[in-house]
Amino acid sequence: MDKNNKAHTGKAWKVGRHFDTDQILPSQYMLFPTIEEMAKHALEGIRPDFIPNVRRGDLLVGDENFGCGSSREQAPRVLKYIGIETVIAKSFASIFFRNAINIGLPVIVLPDAVDRIREGDRIEISFEKGVITNKTQGETYTFPPFPEFLMGIIKVGGLLQYAKSRS
Amino acid sequence: MGNTITEKIIALKSEQKKVNPGEFHQIKVDRVMIHDLFGPFVIQQFRKMGFKKVWDPTRVVFIFDHLVPANTIEAARHFQEIFNFADKMNISNVFEAEGICHQIMPEKGFVYPGDVIMGTDSHTCTYGAFGSFSTGIGYTEMAAILGTGEIWVKVPETILFKLSGKLPSGVDAKDIILKIIGDIGTDGATYKTMEFCGDGIAGLTMSERMTICNMAVEAGAKNGIIPVDKTTSSYYYQYSLSTDKYLTISSDDDDAVCHSTYEYDLSKLEPMVSCPHTVGNVKPVSKVSGYKIHQAFLGSCTNGRLEDLRIAASIIRGRRINPQVRFIVTPASRKIYREAIREGLVQILIDSGAIVTHPGCGLCAGNGGIIGDGERMISSNNRNYIGRMGSKDSEVFLGSPATVAASALTGYIVDPREFIR
Repeated sequence: MDKNNKAHTGKAWKVGRHFDTDQILPSQYMLFPTIEEMAKHALEGIRPDFIPNVRRGDLLVGDENFGCGSSREQAPRVLKYIGIETVIAKSFASIFFRNAINIGLPVIVLPDAVDRIREGDRIEISFEKGVITNKTQGETYTFPPFPEFLMGIIKVGGLLQYAKSRS
Repeated sequence: MGNTITEKIIALKSEQKKVNPGEFHQIKVDRVMIHDLFGPFVIQQFRKMGFKKVWDPTRVVFIFDHLVPANTIEAARHFQEIFNFADKMNISNVFEAEGICHQIMPEKGFVYPGDVIMGTDSHTCTYGAFGSFSTGIGYTEMAAILGTGEIWVKVPETILFKLSGKLPSGVDAKDIILKIIGDIGTDGATYKTMEFCGDGIAGLTMSERMTICNMAVEAGAKNGIIPVDKTTSSYYYQYSLSTDKYLTISSDDDDAVCHSTYEYDLSKLEPMVSCPHTVGNVKPVSKVSGYKIHQAFLGSCTNGRLEDLRIAASIIRGRRINPQVRFIVTPASRKIYREAIREGLVQILIDSGAIVTHPGCGLCAGNGGIIGDGERMISSNNRNYIGRMGSKDSEVFLGSPATVAASALTGYIVDPREFIR
């Protein structure tokens, strides 16, 4: 989501149930000094085709319990760095969910959309309207807006900026 | 309508008379734990947020465990940055080589009933064994707590696990929590509290309770918690501390409302294993008995305690482990290591052919002992994800210390009950 809440079109990358943070970013890259360097290894074990082909504005479509496992904030950070627009899943593990919100990566819980969206579908998302448009299949899915409480953090770009405004 | 322990702690720490599941509250944090892997990231965010001072240096604990001892320059840099920051902020609680964070926190007296404790590690939920509300968070959230002493929480609903009866010989706390996760699934408790109670819990030691709460996050739980009882009080008595002042918040009200309730008769449990590649893929050990293993690992914040080493040593004493198996044993702390040497456990393990390493996260953090393509390991830790402890073409089975030790002897996964003496 950019500053003007403008909608982008991106490609859907689908992953399976219980997609854990070790699969998003394996532990051995956790010591790299920057997110930029870590990001080159995102999903490499399970989707070696991801990094060479992913484009800014693409999105990840998970299943149940996306982001389970360790508390590594580097997992949502590398996705955001790569330019992943959002993650849509049937459900999220709670630490990942919090981390995503706190770094300003909006995540959407929408089981129906997960079932309908296919690998490679062109997707457009309007966070303002709460609408996901599947351009490949000519369908739309709607999602409830974030609670105001969390939207405040996402809007300023994450907890860092939020805390800065209070420090 | 009454409240559960977790709701009472959140109410107390948010200065509300009463809170209800689903509500958002800003709560005061009693203590934070930051480990070596994420320390520099917390520090960087803290600076970017513009904070100049830590809200209360006495409430901050740094523990080096994932990278100890350093085997890369990057790891050494992590230690240096943490030392520099701690020095500048007057934080004196920095533990460089004492053991795994979740063992050190209670051992050094940083965990009390009724406290709110946040850590940069997902297994921070371990401290629920002591009646604390504790959970894992990311490094940016941790930086915000360092500056403000507060965090927001959504009050979780509570799932109650009523345990009754006594565990049979050869079956232990690890089997209880594996059985539960197998039943409810790895997302069975997402953003909920798993509260363990009943006379079955009353019969368990603090170590066994830590094993159970440690794995609450493997079912997606926000936290795990166990009511304060006589066992908890005696634990604190050794530090000359009383748990009396916590009594009002350390158990559920009679009319507390829970999301759901599960009941288990511990006397009917059998040894369980979690099969590749998700913790929820749980089966009785008999279903995978005979699977050849290349390595066995006893250690981690789940099962690297003195009781665990005693169980392993009692099974292995006077026997040799299978020559085709590498058996790695990592005590969870220096204190445990020292005591294991004093009791002769380390001698027994080394004589049997085991490798006993220095305390720390070790293999569970991907250090020392990772396995290769096509290899299989039985392990006492808490996660068996693809590639976590070696090749993505390797397999990890999770089991109790008894199952790990008995399997190391035979060279294949085996029911430990035949080896108990």
